[in-house]
Amino acid sequence: MLDDTDRRILRQLQADPGLSMADLAAASGIAPATCYKRVDRLQATGVIRATRAVVDWRALGYTVEVSLRITLDKAQDRAFEEFLAAARDIPEVLEIQSFLGRVDTRLTVIAHDMPHYQEIYRNRILRLPHISDIEALMHVATIKDHETLPL
Amino acid sequence: MIELDETDRAILRALVADATVKSSTLGRRLGLSQPATWRRIKRLEEAGAIRGRRLDLDLEKLGFGVMVFLGVKLATKGRVSLEDFERAVTAIPEVQTVQHVLGLYDYRLRVVARDLTDFERVLRRRIMTLPGVGNVEANVVLSEERRPGPLG
Repeated sequence: MLDDTDRRILRQLQADPGLSMADLAAASGIAPATCYKRVDRLQATGVIRATRAVVDWRALGYTVEVSLRITLDKAQDRAFEEFLAAARDIPEVLEIQSFLGRVDTRLTVIAHDMPHYQEIYRNRILRLPHISDIEALMHVATIKDHETLPL
Repeated sequence: MIELDETDRAILRALVADATVKSSTLGRRLGLSQPATWRRIKRLEEAGAIRGRRLDLDLEKLGFGVMVFLGVKLATKGRVSLEDFERAVTAIPEVQTVQHVLGLYDYRLRVVARDLTDFERVLRRRIMTLPGVGNVEANVVLSEERRPGPLG
């Protein structure tokens, strides 16, 4: 189980994943050797899965981001599986969630510009299997994007 | 905007999987020298292609069993400024991401909670009391996948 020291380390690492072990230990108020052992254990037990680079798609020329909320035709037996498998084949899909709620699944789709989005939407999205309804939310601005946990 | 070649895309893919990989290790995998790999990573960072680093934590192991996506419609767009809502919603620790969107809703939120009871507390005490908040729709996440995106 996690104790307060683990949570302190994780809070510091969430705020700055690039911290060196020495800085992390100092910020968490523990000895470097203890810190090293703790981080090692958090990784070994899978609490820390990875430190990932975050790609800025805008800098790569993808200026359009759309959230597509999709209702599936659940009368079809394998609607979820077949839809998800086909959605994975679209390179411009960044995220796929499935839900318990009013909509069944959601895709984050990026595109260079509106004509490019239109092309992806017509040629790839609308051809996905078992769709019964789609709602689109056009992304205007990101206000908060820390994905940190309240530890 | 930065133009990427096949090697840049492979480097980005590798750093998204593990940002702590050494440039020598990465170079060996891609058939590049350590300095050449380091220069390419530097160029990607300087061009802003890499926005930063993110710690990928196992939510369930940390006791966060519930993730909910909320669509929020503002009730009083004229009177309460968007800034008031944004400032207040950003301060809620359980709210991971806030996006301003156009469509059926005005904002899209990603919320984590320990369980459904905890989520109900966040929803009632923190979300429903936000300035200007109107209609709220909640969808509980059953599964989530992050895809590599167009880096293939």
